Amino acid sequence: MSREMICINCPMGCRLTVDDTDKSNIKVQGNTCPRGVTYAVNEITSPKRMVTGSVKVDGGTIPMVSVKTREAIPKGLIFDSLELLKTVTLKAPVHIGDVVVADIGGCGVDFIATKNVEAV
Amino acid sequence: MRNINLVIVGGGPAGLAAAKAAYDAGERDILILEREAELGGILNQCIHNGFGLHTFKEELTGPEYAARYITEVINRNICYKLNATVIDVSNSKVVTYVSAEDGLVQLQAKAIILACGCRERPRGAINIAGMRGAGVFSAGTAQKLVNIDGYLPGKEVVILGSGDIGLIMARRMTFEGAHVSAVVELMPYSSGLNRNIVQCLNDFDIPLYFSHTVVDIKGKDRVEGVVIAQVDEKLQPIKSTERLIPCDTLLLSVGLLPENELAKNAEVQLSNTTGGAVVDENLMTNVDGVFECGNVLHVHDLVDFVSAESENAGKCAVDYINGIAPCRDKTVISCTNGVRYCVPTVLNRDEHYAPQSFKMRVANVFKKVELAVLADGVKIYGRKRPVVAPGEMENITLTAEQMQTLKQAKTVEITLIKGEVK
Ligand SMILES: Cc1cc2nc3c(=O)[nH]c(=O)nc-3n(C[C@H](O)[C@H](O)[C@H](O)COP(=O)(O)OP(=O)(O)OC[C@H]3O[C@@H](n4cnc5c(N)ncnc54)[C@H](O)[C@@H]3O)c2cc1C
Ligand code: SF4
Repeated sequence: MSREMICINCPMGCRLTVDDTDKSNIKVQGNTCPRGVTYAVNEITSPKRMVTGSVKVDGGTIPMVSVKTREAIPKGLIFDSLELLKTVTLKAPVHIGDVVVADIGGCGVDFIATKNVEAV
Repeated sequence: MRNINLVIVGGGPAGLAAAKAAYDAGERDILILEREAELGGILNQCIHNGFGLHTFKEELTGPEYAARYITEVINRNICYKLNATVIDVSNSKVVTYVSAEDGLVQLQAKAIILACGCRERPRGAINIAGMRGAGVFSAGTAQKLVNIDGYLPGKEVVILGSGDIGLIMARRMTFEGAHVSAVVELMPYSSGLNRNIVQCLNDFDIPLYFSHTVVDIKGKDRVEGVVIAQVDEKLQPIKSTERLIPCDTLLLSVGLLPENELAKNAEVQLSNTTGGAVVDENLMTNVDGVFECGNVLHVHDLVDFVSAESENAGKCAVDYINGIAPCRDKTVISCTNGVRYCVPTVLNRDEHYAPQSFKMRVANVFKKVELAVLADGVKIYGRKRPVVAPGEMENITLTAEQMQTLKQAKTVEITLIKGEVK
């Protein structure tokens, strides 16, 4: 199958046409430099994304604390990971780097806090 | 009236970096005034990642980036006041602020750094017909509601404007369970990053309509839909293309305006193109001892550049406090052939020759161009760029020798060579 994508590695934003009929030999057109090929192949074989969000905190100076995945997680896990966040309420104090949800969906990556919230 | 050497208005990334640099340049009598209940500015609500790649060589979220600078300020014991809103800055450098704790206070400063950021262009500034009920928010307000207050402002959303804030909010609202049916962009291109178009829209199949705008908002007490239409080359809506998109929420992401009310009070000269002050390479305005940096000076897309610029402002403010006399003889930098603006706006014709960075934006998308600096019409610097776009700030740095040539020249020009409009 052939599909269109935009390379995000630099402001050129090359429009790539990617043919992935043969998964072991993905063909990329429209790239200006080799990074476009690497990008397209990764997007097809194992797309990953950082996910950021916020969760409730009890007893803190503010009602919500921001969180992120420590690294990018498989794209297919985005919505499951967000569901997990909804089930969590933290207790202040919370510190940057505290684990909020461990091992999201078994992918080995944690959600961690990105803000300090002191207790009142 | 209390005397203070350096007053910094705003405790966002600009104010924090300026304070840190001023301290490191030897100044100890510094006060940061911040109207919110915490330091960090707009970064507190920007919970997505993408900050700090230049400064820290890692990708941080907004709150993490802010925390690094807040720690620097606290470690240096620099004084700051929260919930303190500056209501006036005078030409003679009297700063007036109000806070619940202190009431109304006036301070006589030796130098002032304005680092008060920008605000979003409100609905009034863009002229859409229709109802005035609930459901119309600026994208930044929605961002604050969702990320700080934990409140989702709507379920069926249309976003006007495809700048980064609009794109980021499309994803954020989707993450929180809302359905974003369209992002509508007046121009034939987006001023947002490709990365955000891919990861905030394409990932979730959110359509982006270029050369379209919102012409009417339907509904009585709450938004029930918006009418969108294609626009012609003159950006005028084409009647026959109008169609209704049902929704309960319209987010406006139609640009940012530097917040320069205080600067106006102080009789600071403003630039028509940036909305910020006219500054020299020391980031000093036409009012001696009044400096500007960060988004109040010109809208930045990368906070790293805000920090770097602001550190320079902090250092230069200390030079001024220590008695280095301002130079009166200035050259206005002229921007031509598609370069919209440049900061600094003017150069001092003094004999201080140090490496200097220039930040600029272009007026359109141009491919295969050379960004050039001319002294008396002669090119002294050129940088080839495969593509330049209004959404990406260009940054060039000249050497001390090049600065000497520029400062001795009668005319200084920044221009694009061989531009072909896309
Ligand atoms: C929604 C959004 C998304 C962004 N995303 C990114 C991104 O992904 N990556 C990136 O690098 N950059 C991003 N940026 C840009 C970056 O956040 C800004 O460039 C940076 O925050 C500007 O810093 P500042 O200190 O000039 O302004 P601000 O952060 O706005 O800080 C100004 C401070 O001054 C205070 N203030 C204003 N007036 C007064 C007054 N009268 N008295 C007292 N205090 C006052 C305000 O309360 C505020 O705290 C984004 C910006 C926005 C708005
Ligand atoms: S293919 Fe190369 S030139 Fe094109 S956008 Fe990707 S990195 Fe940039």
